Amino acid sequence: MVNVGRAPSRLSGRIARIAVTAGLVAGWPALSQAQSGELVIESWRNDDLAIWQDVIIPAFNKKYPDITVTFSPTAPTEYNAALNAKIEAGTAGDLITCRPFDASLALYQRGHLASLNDLPGIENFSDVAKSAWVTDDGATVFCVPMASVIHGFLYNQEIFEELGLAEPTTVAEFHALLDRLQEDGNYIPMAMGTADQWEAATMGFQNIGPNYWRGEEGRRALIAGEDKFTDPEYVAVFQELASWAPYLGDGYSAQTYPDSQNLFSLGRAAIYPAGSWDISVFRTQADFEMGAFPPPLPEAGQDCFISDHTDIAIGMNAAAKNPDAARAFLEWTTTAEFAEIYSNQLPGFFSLSKHAVTVEDPTAAEFLSWREQCQPTIRNSYQILSRGEPNLENELWNVSAQVINGTLTPEAAAQQIQDGLDSWYKPQQ
Amino acid sequence: MTSLLAENAAAGAGRTSVRRRRRPFPWHIVVFLAPATLVYTVFSVYPLLDSMRLSLFAADAAGVRHFAGLSNYVTLITDPRWAGPFWNALGNNLVFFLIHMAVQNPIGIALAALLSLPRLRFRQTYRTLLFTPTMLSVVIIGFVWQLILSPVWGVGKGILAAIGLSSLFGPWLGQEGTALITLSLISVWQFVGIPMMLIYAALLNIPDDLVDAAVVDGATQMQVFWRVKLPLILPTVGAVSILTYVGNFNAFDLIYAVKGALAGPNFSTDIMGTLFYRTFFGYQLQLGNPTMGAAIATLMFLIILTGVMIYFFVIQRRMQRYEL
Amino acid sequence: MAARRGKTLGAAAVHGVLIAYTVVAIFPILIVLVNSVKTRRAIFGDPLAPPTPETFSLEGFATVLARSSFEIYFANSLIVTVAALFLVLLFGAMAAWALSEYRFPGNSLMAIYLAIGIMIPIRLGTIGILELASALDLVNTRTILVLVYTAQGLPLAVFLLSEFMRQLPRELKDAARCDGVSEYRIFFSIVLPLTRPILATVGIFTMIPIWNDLWFPLILAQADQVRTVTLGIQQFIGQYVTDWNAVIASLTLAILPVLALYLLFSRQLIRGLTSGAVK
Repeated sequence: MVNVGRAPSRLSGRIARIAVTAGLVAGWPALSQAQSGELVIESWRNDDLAIWQDVIIPAFNKKYPDITVTFSPTAPTEYNAALNAKIEAGTAGDLITCRPFDASLALYQRGHLASLNDLPGIENFSDVAKSAWVTDDGATVFCVPMASVIHGFLYNQEIFEELGLAEPTTVAEFHALLDRLQEDGNYIPMAMGTADQWEAATMGFQNIGPNYWRGEEGRRALIAGEDKFTDPEYVAVFQELASWAPYLGDGYSAQTYPDSQNLFSLGRAAIYPAGSWDISVFRTQADFEMGAFPPPLPEAGQDCFISDHTDIAIGMNAAAKNPDAARAFLEWTTTAEFAEIYSNQLPGFFSLSKHAVTVEDPTAAEFLSWREQCQPTIRNSYQILSRGEPNLENELWNVSAQVINGTLTPEAAAQQIQDGLDSWYKPQQ
Repeated sequence: MTSLLAENAAAGAGRTSVRRRRRPFPWHIVVFLAPATLVYTVFSVYPLLDSMRLSLFAADAAGVRHFAGLSNYVTLITDPRWAGPFWNALGNNLVFFLIHMAVQNPIGIALAALLSLPRLRFRQTYRTLLFTPTMLSVVIIGFVWQLILSPVWGVGKGILAAIGLSSLFGPWLGQEGTALITLSLISVWQFVGIPMMLIYAALLNIPDDLVDAAVVDGATQMQVFWRVKLPLILPTVGAVSILTYVGNFNAFDLIYAVKGALAGPNFSTDIMGTLFYRTFFGYQLQLGNPTMGAAIATLMFLIILTGVMIYFFVIQRRMQRYEL
Repeated sequence: MAARRGKTLGAAAVHGVLIAYTVVAIFPILIVLVNSVKTRRAIFGDPLAPPTPETFSLEGFATVLARSSFEIYFANSLIVTVAALFLVLLFGAMAAWALSEYRFPGNSLMAIYLAIGIMIPIRLGTIGILELASALDLVNTRTILVLVYTAQGLPLAVFLLSEFMRQLPRELKDAARCDGVSEYRIFFSIVLPLTRPILATVGIFTMIPIWNDLWFPLILAQADQVRTVTLGIQQFIGQYVTDWNAVIASLTLAILPVLALYLLFSRQLIRGLTSGAVK
């Protein structure tokens, strides 16, 4: 076990070795940078551990050989709880990966995240990119935006070719396609389960919804209290979700997210409602060519909208033990180099910076290209509307799963969501 | 208090004068008690009291806490937004417990009765294998059963098909009506070893002459069990029940490992432990509410305490009388 | 004749029931072990089939061993469990002895104070424990886990041990006292050896929840170097959840050592469990 610095217990030996090697090899000609010390990054991206250890941190250490960085992820479902507990107790890492909107805003308001207004390089991000990590008045930014994720549908090209199917553009074509797959009977038409609930809400409701509520327009109207979830466009989303049930695999109500991924990557299901982050998982597991299409349009020829969700950012713990080194790292995350590495090592996470980045993965590039044709929006439950109890996002998980399970009608689902919101959200009343 | 120091017993009423005259301050008692009391007080009682204190506070948007009296409890019981989930979790927890009582204890008693039969071969092997699941981590058990019951993997369906019952298979963990029962049965499957062993031990402790007398009178093993053994082991069954009660109302890991903190579908598997976790630490976009979480935890404590009190003051007393 | 046949039939029925339930108890574990050495397609294609030369694969284990530090996790679990167990038994026996043997003011109160912890969900004090850990600079150490688990295990240990100690024959102790043996020696060389059977019972009740705990490692000791097996498995599966080879291999790695230790010591364990019955 290699021990580096004063608090070696924080480091895993492997990371320490990598960091030391990278420092020795790469740091030699870089002269002595002012910053040194150790940084711990809190994150929920445990899928990305290897990339951070093997690529991102060594790249950072080329510039700052004296800063030892440990990427310390927690499973996504535990991240918020564990982070809050650690922050309360003053044991959280120096750098904190930020969830979008209210969760991070609350951390800032309680004095746990530092203001980054004066961080050199923060100007590399547009106001839209920063919108998920600024105070309501827009005056203070507290996290450096890292990436957004885009929703759409992935499909198995071999199955499509075998059955002579084409990418659908409208909901009607989409249903015809699903019916064809159903008739053929050899494949599960669509891989989605409701056991984990979020899959139904995120890959279902938030994926197809923007075409119904016209993206940002509808999202802002909800916040302003002009639209309600009981309006026809929202009920229509739930109706569309309910219509998916016959096309899902047997026992989909006990099917978890990993089950869905396996059904698709093993070639047993033809279509997969996706988030762009799935691409990197399928790159290593699927042995067939994937295609992608954006959410089908309810009416032919209408404008198209996609969910291009500001998903992940990184900020500094206000109680960081090593603020200078933390700021140095944050500054580095604003550079073109970081944007390039992040977008291409983790295909499906799209940099939010103004730097021009070439995405090499063809499927990820396809997702990215929809930004040109369609108007992007973010998930409608994230900004402001999840500040109270009952929590709108959690409620959406619950009712979306129930609508697909057939235990709740679309109308009742919409009513339940609206009632929950009405109970605490003032502009709605 | 059955055992007394000889000197103390002799001293009788004049204890204080005896101590002053004949014995120095009993330092050894302090030495014996101090380590346990210290560790227990610092790492269990103090944090607990701190949480109870926390339940009397509320926090504003900036995270500043102010004293709020019992308002958290009032909200929890009366505000429909909180009372709904609270009663739901309590009800589910009760079902969770009742399934354990109805399934785990009878199976445990039956297995123990079989294991304690005279001249049983392979007794050792059975005991070892039957207790195995109890040794494994709840997290591992959760994942294993999730895999087995997964409609995608098809193990559960395959097994039912082998005995011609494949039509019975369903996505049990995913349906509102069956998820909680399924999880309870998984928990029963794992922990049945504990009642089995405790009752087995109690059965072994029954004096042979009682059983022999019954056998001489012409009773079958079945009759011996029902008429002689079962009444004698009732206190153990009672102890097992109260351990089960405490364990069940503290449960968290299994539900969390299989269904996550939102305990779906539609909160049908939500129990006190998951409600507490979700409230205390928050979940996804829902922010943690430590003060409300502390109130839930305090109520959990009271619920458990009430159950234990009822057991000690009503049931155990009656049972002892019965035993006599 | 008829009676004997009835007995044979009865024995067969008893074995039938026991074997059936043994299958129920063991089967899920076997399924995992069998599939851990199969290819991904074979795991999905025919999960109930044993591995054949064509479907045999160790790729799951390769992933697990390359991407996690299972040996460290095991060492951590072992260290934490053994240390906490030792402290619970030692401190618990000492306190139980004081409560069951000596009459002093506040004895019953003390007994109730310690026993109340049997029903306390110790998780209730999580934030307080975290703050303590932070103040003592013990976050991400095995020490804090040992301390918390000791506090968690003590109440039941004190309760069971003092019940048992009350039943110890008085003659032995009194004889020693007449010989002028100190109270400490009476405890350590006479009483403690006598409590060995119940110590085993208490040990098992203490050990199982410690070894299997997910909560406190999650909150107090997440760092790779101090991570316990249960947390390690949970995090690993969270990370490789789509890679069933790795998931099943990691479950196998978590099960096997416990299984081996258990089978090795099951005789002692079960004797311990059954000797000091809870009445």
